[in-house]
Amino acid sequence: MQSRRETDRKTAWCRSLLAAALMAILVAPGSGQAADRKKSQGKKSTARKSTAGKSSTRRRAAPTAALTGSAREIVDYTNSQIKQGWTDNEIKPSALASDAEWIRRVHLDLVGAIPSLETVEAFLKDRDTTKRTKLIDNLLDDPGYVRNFTTIWSNLLIGRQTPRRVSRGGMRKFLREAFARNRPWDKVVFDLVSAEGHFERNGAVNYLLAQMTMRDDGVQATAKTTRLFMGIQVQCTQCHNHPFNDWKQNQFWEFNNFFRQARRVDHRKYDPKSGRMVDDYSELVFTDFNEKVFFEQRAGTLQMVEPRFFKTRVDAKPSTDLRKELARLMVAGENPLIAKAMVNRMWGKFFGYGFTKPLDDMGPHNPSTHPELLDRLSREFVKSGYDIKQLIRWICNAESYHLTSRLGADNAVDNPAAGEAPLFSHMYVKGLEAEQLYDSLIVATGAHKAGGSGWEESERQRQTWLRQFVIAFGTDENDEATTFNGTIPQALMMMNGDLVDKATSAERGSFLNKMLSGAGTDATRVRRLFLSTLTREPTRRELAAAQQLLKENRNSPITAYQDLYWALLNSNEFIFNH
Amino acid sequence: MHLPTPSGMSRRHFMKHMATAAATAPALQFISDLRAHAQDIKKAQKACILMWMGGGPPTIDIWDLKPGSKNGGEFQPIDTKGDLQISEHMPKTAMQMDKLSVVRSMSTREADHGRGRYYMHTAFVPNPTVVHPTFGSVVSQELGAKRSALEIPAFVSVNAPSGSPGFMGARHAPFVVSSNGQIRNASLGDKKDRLGQRLRMLSVIETNFINSKRGEMPKGHREIYKKAVNLMTSKQMEAFKVAEESQETKDAYGTGGFGQGLLMARRLVETGVPFVEVGMGGWDLHNNVFNTLSTQRLPQLDQGIGALTADLAQRGMLDDVVLVWMGEFGRTPRINQNVGRDHWAASWSVMIGGGGLKGGQAVGKTDRDGVRVDGKAYLPGDIWATVSHALGIPSKTVHRSKRGRPMKLANGGSPIKELIG
Repeated sequence: MQSRRETDRKTAWCRSLLAAALMAILVAPGSGQAADRKKSQGKKSTARKSTAGKSSTRRRAAPTAALTGSAREIVDYTNSQIKQGWTDNEIKPSALASDAEWIRRVHLDLVGAIPSLETVEAFLKDRDTTKRTKLIDNLLDDPGYVRNFTTIWSNLLIGRQTPRRVSRGGMRKFLREAFARNRPWDKVVFDLVSAEGHFERNGAVNYLLAQMTMRDDGVQATAKTTRLFMGIQVQCTQCHNHPFNDWKQNQFWEFNNFFRQARRVDHRKYDPKSGRMVDDYSELVFTDFNEKVFFEQRAGTLQMVEPRFFKTRVDAKPSTDLRKELARLMVAGENPLIAKAMVNRMWGKFFGYGFTKPLDDMGPHNPSTHPELLDRLSREFVKSGYDIKQLIRWICNAESYHLTSRLGADNAVDNPAAGEAPLFSHMYVKGLEAEQLYDSLIVATGAHKAGGSGWEESERQRQTWLRQFVIAFGTDENDEATTFNGTIPQALMMMNGDLVDKATSAERGSFLNKMLSGAGTDATRVRRLFLSTLTREPTRRELAAAQQLLKENRNSPITAYQDLYWALLNSNEFIFNH
Repeated sequence: MHLPTPSGMSRRHFMKHMATAAATAPALQFISDLRAHAQDIKKAQKACILMWMGGGPPTIDIWDLKPGSKNGGEFQPIDTKGDLQISEHMPKTAMQMDKLSVVRSMSTREADHGRGRYYMHTAFVPNPTVVHPTFGSVVSQELGAKRSALEIPAFVSVNAPSGSPGFMGARHAPFVVSSNGQIRNASLGDKKDRLGQRLRMLSVIETNFINSKRGEMPKGHREIYKKAVNLMTSKQMEAFKVAEESQETKDAYGTGGFGQGLLMARRLVETGVPFVEVGMGGWDLHNNVFNTLSTQRLPQLDQGIGALTADLAQRGMLDDVVLVWMGEFGRTPRINQNVGRDHWAASWSVMIGGGGLKGGQAVGKTDRDGVRVDGKAYLPGDIWATVSHALGIPSKTVHRSKRGRPMKLANGGSPIKELIG
């Protein structure tokens, strides 16, 4: 028994060692890589010849030719590094995505919902060769960008289910300001780690309040902060040394030390209506912490630790604000972990896979797929002043982001869903997040225009709808899973739920109603339904099937349109971002 | 036998619409046998009910007490109908312990919630290149796929985070429901007669996307829809309706989420579902462990296990239904300064019984203070191998990951000898 457990470990350990060794060879200048490059150069030219005749789209001008200056240089570097992976693995990338495929993707990724019919039609007509780069810029200035990234980071920081005595509103307000003003990422991280005060007046405190739902001496705050912002998983070193690298148990507790002065104060107030005391506001305050921190080693002995950030010791006096010290150390340097972690997370957001898997487990035991690229992008990110929009611009302008999700003739091995390292030679199909689906249904169906309810009410409805898909794990780390992606409950919700039912209702003011009362042939109407949901024209077979449907429901064309619309919204193509 | 189908359409005709959506013949297996009588479905079918204790339960206070040790805590052991003692706060379970056993020598090393949850559910440690199937998905594939009369999912999860089907794919994912038995959006409402034409149109659009070479996900979507339609129109949905049990039965199981979940589990396995996971959270007791256990967790737990075991035995089902009780890990023998216990994977217990396994025993043991296993230690793979043995899944079964890597059933664990006798 003992031996099998050892084998488990050893195989994983050996695998990571082997991978690390391979990486070392690849990275070593002048050795492996140079040789590989030379070897592949011969191949490259033959590859070009063979594809020239096959695909005209491949030879189209780069869609992001409008870039200039440092952005141009960084995107070129990114392209060359990614291409190197293709040549090394002897694959050829998929063709460029059509404008229709691409505009859907970039809207979902940047503003969190599919584009409206009008937007799609205008973009397809636009002859400007730099329109893709321009659209990226426009979407980054769209209020939808702020809302989308506020949602993404609220979920990451406090979860989809707001823990008791944490203010989701406060958290969102802080994030909204951060993304609207494009605050430098290091400043945002600094605030989240070091904030103090009232949970609505200083929304940043909600991050830590959500990690302090019980008295656990800051254990959860330690685990989450290192994982989320620095992309390293030290939580298992809480109880023992890291199994696959040289992180020691004391390191967890050294990090943990920084959080010991943080205290939450939950205020209560008298509620005259019920005559009872009820929850009022909560706040995060600084308290003197004079005790030493001890932890229990595997052998059962207690060891004392001092606050230490990797190799940097902090000279702590009782008056030293340790969280501020930690925040300062986290953001210091030319290429700190917070930059790498953010670049990796951001890349992963746009491609579905980052440079490491999982995204937030970087370290010598889990080498990244494109180490030089990750390194360069994070250095540039720091140099740019932690400019989040700039980072997004680099990623969205990179060639890989413009490739179709359709596999080419020669890149079937690029299949990270099967556990392969991603080579970014085609776009990977991603499931829509619950929020993306909800907001896309709103866009597709014009539900926001139909209903008369205000912003607060619609936000409340959105939150209620989203909550049905969350299951909590029942641990103190407030970790949660979603039953959303690819499950029967999701299918049932799409087939029979209120939202789709309302969308296809054709009541006054709805998209369907307006389209049916306006002019146009059946073929035009069918085409517009496809464009407004799947962002593409129907195929000939689909058009024929739709016409058949209309024919069978001659007496009630509205029924036919409703059912076609239902089928479009329920299709695999609608629920995937590709 | 009356089955709810869209009006003007026979059930078989209706199911054919779903079948036309399928590119391959095996999809036809979803067409259920109309002549299958409820009695046939109810005949002895093997199943497993996993009781999942989210957060990591302090087994030292439940199954393996250490009276007289500095780590012993506040509770005393009591005698049971089996050949072992358990906590004084588990009196109803004690009366059933002749049918259940405790493996007291688990030693699993993973003491982080995420990693422990993964390891205990799959028998494999997390690995970045592959997602291993949670064991419910394995059973769904091995047993569920063969039960053609089963119209509802073969893996149901009640209030539990059962994990992912991994490389086995979305069709073996857990169907997550809440313990009140209400399945949202499962009713067609007034659109019943239009489902046929809706699905025909859907099939055309889906096929187009599937044929456009975009990987496995678009295909998985269609399979899930097939299952969802199957479920919407099935009489077997009755199994979820715990509310229809008598008040007496409901009270016996306990009216909380856990008790009602176990009652639903019994109804589901009676209907032919081979794997049900029922979750109970709130075990991450870093502080105030004894008070929380004696006043909140253990009364609920005791009532649920006691009632389920007795009920299954009385119905003659206990020889076919394996019961497993576990969490991510155990908790530190040492009591911390907040009168709590922290994460501990080195020496802890899992409860297992039914399914023809030998009851009434304590398998393996820990030392005087509960900090180490004395003698042979067990891994989750051994538990799942034991379950597989009871369910009749051959131990030589090998699954293949998407990359073709062979994966032994239960990570190559062996059935525990004392249990299979």
